[in-house]
Amino acid sequence: MRTLLFTIIVTLATAAPAFTQTIAITGGKVYPVSGAPIINGTVLIKDGMIVAVGNQVNVPNDAQRIDARGKIVTPGLINSVTELGVIEIDQVRNTNDVSAKGSNNIAAAFRVWDGLNPASALFAPTRNEGVTTVVVVPEGGLVSGQAAAIDLVSGHSADMVRRAAVAMVAQMDNANSAGTSARGELIGKLRTLLDDVIFYKASRSDYDRAAARTLSASKTDLEALIPVVDGKLLLLIEANRMDEIDAALELARDYHLKIGITGAAEAWLCADRLAAAHVPVLTGAMSNIPESFATLNQRQENAALLRKAGVQVVIVATGGGDVTRYNARNLKYEAGNAVAYGMSYDDALRGVTLSPAELFGLSDRIGSLQSGHEANVVVWSGDPFEFSSQAEHVFIHGREVKEPSRQDLLIDRYKPKSQR
Amino acid sequence: MARLFKTVLVEVNMNSMIRVAACLCLLLGFATQLVPQSPQPSPAPQASPSPAPPPGPGGTSLPNADPFPSTYKPFPRRTTLIRNATILTAAGPTIANGSILLRDGKIAAVGTNIVAPADALVIDGTGKYVTPGIIDVHSHIGVYPAPGVDANSDGNELTNPVTANVWAEHSVWPQDPQIPRALAGGLTTMQILPGSGNLIGGRSVVVKLVPSRTVQGMKFPGAKYGLKMACGENPKRVYQTRGPSTRMGNVAGYRAAWILAESYRRKWDAWNATHKGDPPARDLGLETLAEVLRGNILVHNHCYRADEMAQMIDIAKEFGYSIRAFHHAVEAYKIAELLKSNNIGAAEWADWGGFKMEANDAVKANLAITEAFGARAMIHSDSALGAQRLNQEVAKAMYAGRAAGIMITEDQAIRWLTINPAWALGLEDKIGSIEVGKNADVALWSANPFSIYAKAEKVWIDGAMLYDRTDPNERWRTDFELGVIKEDN
Repeated sequence: MRTLLFTIIVTLATAAPAFTQTIAITGGKVYPVSGAPIINGTVLIKDGMIVAVGNQVNVPNDAQRIDARGKIVTPGLINSVTELGVIEIDQVRNTNDVSAKGSNNIAAAFRVWDGLNPASALFAPTRNEGVTTVVVVPEGGLVSGQAAAIDLVSGHSADMVRRAAVAMVAQMDNANSAGTSARGELIGKLRTLLDDVIFYKASRSDYDRAAARTLSASKTDLEALIPVVDGKLLLLIEANRMDEIDAALELARDYHLKIGITGAAEAWLCADRLAAAHVPVLTGAMSNIPESFATLNQRQENAALLRKAGVQVVIVATGGGDVTRYNARNLKYEAGNAVAYGMSYDDALRGVTLSPAELFGLSDRIGSLQSGHEANVVVWSGDPFEFSSQAEHVFIHGREVKEPSRQDLLIDRYKPKSQR
Repeated sequence: MARLFKTVLVEVNMNSMIRVAACLCLLLGFATQLVPQSPQPSPAPQASPSPAPPPGPGGTSLPNADPFPSTYKPFPRRTTLIRNATILTAAGPTIANGSILLRDGKIAAVGTNIVAPADALVIDGTGKYVTPGIIDVHSHIGVYPAPGVDANSDGNELTNPVTANVWAEHSVWPQDPQIPRALAGGLTTMQILPGSGNLIGGRSVVVKLVPSRTVQGMKFPGAKYGLKMACGENPKRVYQTRGPSTRMGNVAGYRAAWILAESYRRKWDAWNATHKGDPPARDLGLETLAEVLRGNILVHNHCYRADEMAQMIDIAKEFGYSIRAFHHAVEAYKIAELLKSNNIGAAEWADWGGFKMEANDAVKANLAITEAFGARAMIHSDSALGAQRLNQEVAKAMYAGRAAGIMITEDQAIRWLTINPAWALGLEDKIGSIEVGKNADVALWSANPFSIYAKAEKVWIDGAMLYDRTDPNERWRTDFELGVIKEDN
């Protein structure tokens, strides 16, 4: 009986999304990102959607009001490169689900979100600091697999996955991981693979009758790569050294691929070519160490210089300290450092909201505050990039999320009694 | 095979170069005596038996021996007055519209009404902030330099769980490009430690962030050595097959080492008191541990979990040494009273955690809770990236404390960056605060250093301006960077 009762409660709780509350966030400085900031603006949310944004919004009498005077209202932040939900504790092997074995160092068919753990303790601290959507990105090999966009709601994986796949992930930076011994060999292997996908797509029936030549990837991997050669699925390529980035651009041109560059340590040295090719770059502003011979010219002005050259820049966390997992929450500080190192404030905010939404094909629903979009909204006590600011209200799908994280519970348990 | 041959060759060449250098010194030494004399045939050895030279000090184990002495010399400096700045002193309340006078390498005056000496360079600090130079008690810069290649990976002597015999300074590469980058973040002093793969990893070295061809030229004159110890997962993972493979194995390993060290200390202290009979055999590892037991070397203990820190405190009591600071101290907030009552510092990250089981209970309010219980909290980096932004790390920790209801002031937070780490290094009388008479290690910030938009604009070490963001042409570029890293980077 107790079990049955429990089940009913859980069912009710998870069925709750069909709520019909109207919420008005009033009086704040609103950054819609898709347009100019609005002083003394109102964001009106109904049934999980934004229904009005502006400074002339009529607030219904029954609306729950949130007084945002002196505060900043932005879209929820989007962290574009994370391992949230697929690595809980890095050094505990059984909590690692980010790298597939694949075959021949190719794992294109690997859907990283199939192993997503919606109960991860790392979601709460991330969303409590204003990140509402993350992209979960697979790693390793030559082709790592497919990435997914996840909303940080509580629930099951199906509730969390916003869109999948949002990208195929590959790399040009590490010949060994690709099962090759030289950069040139790696690039050749990628070209052979793409040729094989094109061949496979045109000769499926021959392939199925075993009448086709031997191909460099398995059938499932070849299938998974068809949207990439069709130019429909974004291919994220990790490339750091200037020539690696140029090689990626050449590959995209030759095969008509839609690509984005991750890593991108020396991207500022090819800013004009990236801009001309309309290839977006995912980079941060906190790395300036020549960590390897492929990143000698890494610098903190990378994002600003790329933007100045007209490149679409998506800001991702690079600052060290598990920024793709435990500290995926620190994305806002990467954006703040980008401003400190020359990027305009609006570009930096765009780089963690609308630009990633556009890159991953989500911008019709999230990434900006517009009527008709889903209500992923954050009310900040001040400048979202500043250490002194807190995310005071975080809405995902129009619902405020306020669960304390495991870290919050530990703090409450151990802080001095006078402060409890 | 070819690679091995090449390596051997290099070593041979190095050795012969050192020999040549040693010979040159000897020749120069004799030359002064020989000048007035006319050339004579060199006497046959048996003809004039000269007295045997006294043995070098290497044969005996002396307290506070200094076989690799600092050759640091302050850089050219001029009297400097910074005016109209907000000064976070780490010694008292913030001074608004403050001035600070740097003269002869020391802080000569601090206050609100200081007249500029005629020869002084005057810097207008309006809208800017002055802090003591930042001190990082936990760095592997130099021993794990950039680029991160095997050839220069010299931070962990993973050949034995107890390597008290190794000294980090013998691994430090002074051309590590991470050093000038850390200086540009306002860092003026750092402790470089061996890694944490061993129970006892070896001696640390305290250095100033200055350009130098040798590590001796960076060494902080008079700084005590530290001893790196490590708890928990790392040693038991590294030595899984040969042991220790458990935490109880770790503890047995520390105790066995201290038992040997105590016996060694007694023998040498007895011999040093009398110099009678043959000296005991010298052992580099036991010598370092004996120096800890004598209080001449400070223990820096990598330890995440609260329960393990409590056990390490008991081991220290069992053998009569002190732990100066726990490093990483992810669970310091659980035992802050214990740290306070034992006068042990806690060097912490602002927000690192979750990368292994023993880091799973990390919280952002760790520093604030440690402080609230009256224990000595300090920031540390363990990272060449983090070392560039320790001010930002402290900002995170300060505001996380406030969010938890613990009102940490900027005057408290600045101490986490400066005077508390200075204490952990035993250098609190020389650096770590803005007080008259202290070394002129100072950073000038473009804005409040707890703002994300603030940058260190100028950095002084012993009164010499070693970094100036407004003058990129004068930027210190290590040898490694020349010709491979773009000038405008």
